[in-house]
Amino acid sequence: MLLEVNDLRKYFPGRGGFFGKTPDPVHAIDGVSFAIQEGKTLGLVGESGCGKSTVGRSILRLIEPTAGTIRFEGTDITRMPSKEMRNLRKRMQIVFQDPYSSLNPRRRAGDIVAEPLLVHGVENRTERRAKTQALFERVGLRAAQMDLYPHQFSGGQRQRISIARALALGPKLIVADEPVSALDVSVQAQVINLMMDLQEQEKLSYLFISHNLAVVEHVSHQVAVMYLGRIVEYAATKRIFERPLHPYTQALMAAVPMPDPANRRRKQHLGGDVPSPVNRPKGCHFHPRCPLAQERCRVEDPMPREVEAGHQVACHLV
Amino acid sequence: MAPVLEVSGLSTVFHTRTGTVRAVQDVSFSVEPGETMAVVGESGCGKTMMALSLMRLIPSPPGEITAGSVRVAGTDLLKLDEPTMRDMRGSQIAMIFQEPMTALNPLLTVGKQIAEMVTLHEKVSGRAAKERAVEMLHHVKIPEPRRRAGEYPHQMSGGMRQRAMIAMALACKPKVLIADEPTTALDVTIQAQVLDLIDDLRQELGTAVVLITHDLGVVAEVADRMIVMYAGRKVEEGTVAELFAHPRHPYLQGLLNSVPRVGQPKRLQEIAGTVPPLSNLPPGCAFAPRCPSAVAQCRDAIPPLDEKRPGHRAACWVT
Amino acid sequence: MSEFIYLARRYPLGLAGGVILLLFVLMAIFANIIAPLDPLTTNPRASLAAPGTTYMLGADMMGRDVLSRLIHGARISLAVALGATFIGSGLGMLLGLISGYVGGWFDLIVQRVAEIMQSLPLLVMALVITASLGPSLVNTIIAIAIPLIPNVARVIRANVLSLRELNYVEAAHAIGMSNTRIAALHVLPNTLAPLIVLATAQLGSTILTEASLSFLGLGVPEPYPSWGRMLSESAAEYMRTAPWLVIFPGVAISAVVFGANLFGDALRDYLDPRMGD
Repeated sequence: MLLEVNDLRKYFPGRGGFFGKTPDPVHAIDGVSFAIQEGKTLGLVGESGCGKSTVGRSILRLIEPTAGTIRFEGTDITRMPSKEMRNLRKRMQIVFQDPYSSLNPRRRAGDIVAEPLLVHGVENRTERRAKTQALFERVGLRAAQMDLYPHQFSGGQRQRISIARALALGPKLIVADEPVSALDVSVQAQVINLMMDLQEQEKLSYLFISHNLAVVEHVSHQVAVMYLGRIVEYAATKRIFERPLHPYTQALMAAVPMPDPANRRRKQHLGGDVPSPVNRPKGCHFHPRCPLAQERCRVEDPMPREVEAGHQVACHLV
Repeated sequence: MAPVLEVSGLSTVFHTRTGTVRAVQDVSFSVEPGETMAVVGESGCGKTMMALSLMRLIPSPPGEITAGSVRVAGTDLLKLDEPTMRDMRGSQIAMIFQEPMTALNPLLTVGKQIAEMVTLHEKVSGRAAKERAVEMLHHVKIPEPRRRAGEYPHQMSGGMRQRAMIAMALACKPKVLIADEPTTALDVTIQAQVLDLIDDLRQELGTAVVLITHDLGVVAEVADRMIVMYAGRKVEEGTVAELFAHPRHPYLQGLLNSVPRVGQPKRLQEIAGTVPPLSNLPPGCAFAPRCPSAVAQCRDAIPPLDEKRPGHRAACWVT
Repeated sequence: MSEFIYLARRYPLGLAGGVILLLFVLMAIFANIIAPLDPLTTNPRASLAAPGTTYMLGADMMGRDVLSRLIHGARISLAVALGATFIGSGLGMLLGLISGYVGGWFDLIVQRVAEIMQSLPLLVMALVITASLGPSLVNTIIAIAIPLIPNVARVIRANVLSLRELNYVEAAHAIGMSNTRIAALHVLPNTLAPLIVLATAQLGSTILTEASLSFLGLGVPEPYPSWGRMLSESAAEYMRTAPWLVIFPGVAISAVVFGANLFGDALRDYLDPRMGD
């Protein structure tokens, strides 16, 4: 296993406490476990506020997790001091959703991509330049574009720059946080194909965070569905899409609009609002929106269980 | 049935320091009462500018509607003076936006904003307007509408706010509703709810809906007919079923092949390159530089919209 | 050279501002050569002489040449204005950067001290400081610079806080970049725009603060002229009888502030790559 995450938790301090009355912490991630194999992609799906981005950042220690363990290539990095962590950062990188805020507007594209090389001791200018040029070409940009500023690129090209920066140090794992969500449909395909090609060439692993089920199905080998800080279903992609077991996964799949007017039919859609992690329902977090909820769901937390080989579900009714 | 919205030859430009940007060029379409017409395109294709032109909300200067007509139930909106146009907005033609937070006043309660909309267009007492607000909130399926009417926009979730904005837009029963990416900022499960809601209201009130979106899934689920826009022009038009089954413009063909679909794990087809900036369009067909089947003619002359199949028109020299 | 012509074409207003500032700086440097008369020599017979052939911009109550005093006054006024703005903005930026970036107790203390300082008027602060340091050019600069620090620090801190949240700063952490380097490479350059705007806006008020200090006898000691003092000495008494004593120093101050604003705006745009092409 390249990455093993066990019972990861992240609580943020709550707000609004008065004089000595400590407010309840916000449970952004509440006991999440998964693993990613070398050269594979785990898709992490969920709606806003489910904690999927916090998971991605915690793994890279951009956010310090509250509890749990993260093992990368067998080493526990959960509490690794930042000096040692620095070296490991070569091996795990991140690509963000927003192609605008992810690049410093005042730096040239070539310098942005070369930055990781500089930080990790590639001192020689010519060598750095050559490597940057190779990276540009690898992600489908022209070397001549190295001297341009970010605003001179389109959204898709900027995402390619972000990917080139992430690739610079030859990582094993890339956390991709909604990498195509801000892009136009026609450009999405370019970036998805690029990421999949790179995976094959470099034996890369991805933690692919997205709210878009169709994209996740397309790129992932395994899928984990999150709801309010917990994983409610976790299985191989084919299995989970063919036979989703958790009522939330089923509802999510029913809600995705399909580009297929021939099969248009009015489906039963989930009611209620996406709840916030500040105010979590008791018992199964999903029960207020669940069409199948029973008394037990209102009081008792369902634990993730393996219902068949390699298929985990956290639901009393499955 | 006679169309309630008839747009013909609409052209909108923006005068900028670097030259004239042709945001909308010669766009025509019509929508019948109770029909949903989708306007599909990517960012920068001019679809939002088109929508704002229909409402006459183009900031002017620098924007200017240079040609065409927008008829709502026979009245050409582009010929009205500003006070009359203000009366039309809300009562005849209304619009909802992608981000309701920017369209709602943060300092007024939601109920008050809807009531204000009502008193602006109808001679009713303040009390009756308030009642109507609560009724509308109930109509858009907001639970506890009476309590919610007293809430401020920031106290609501994104989905609730979008419902409140729909309630406001429909409070005076306009004949035409323009929805500009109404669900793009919402979570999938909430998007499904809001789309259902717009669809229900359309059937119930007979409103003609112009749905502007980049999401082909949304189009397939709710629209009857669609037009495809590229670089400010309409490039294809027809019923949704027809266009999805037999796309004729290479742009629409590319779009349909580039979206991942659940259950079809094949490599995605890319459309090479990027959308050209409206300020710097190539001569001829604007899609030609990205088009796999472009021929010399495509680079020289803009293709006319031809009827390729019954009720299905596309602007392409090749297909 | 061609680069200069290109820039001058792009930023004609900035060029005008730059030329104005440059002229004043040259005037200050070569005051001895340019000034037609000695700025300190009094002449009782020329008291309050109107502008004419000998005294081109008139003479003050003690019969000193206004033009010569203006030219020499540029030395003190510009030294104080530029010096105080530079020191105040620089220190304020440093504090704001550390405060916003490091946070914690350091931030807390800096913010509270800044609030206390901001609750006192600029002049009162400067008064207290010069009163304790004693009047001299350097002390005047310090006294005017210190009250500027909290304004700048707070603006920069707010800016840093929002920058810290941006993905490219996160990405820099993810590649293992050190905090100081992130601050210098990614945060600092992006706080320049508000800093320049703030600094040019404060330039004018520093000249006037110096005037008030001098008027109260706490600024640069007599008889050396500064624009601010020339203005404040005569504003109340001679506005009607000898308006040239008020108008010309006023024009000089306005011109410098105006020039600095034009130049600052152009500089801000020039430093922003998004304003290119």
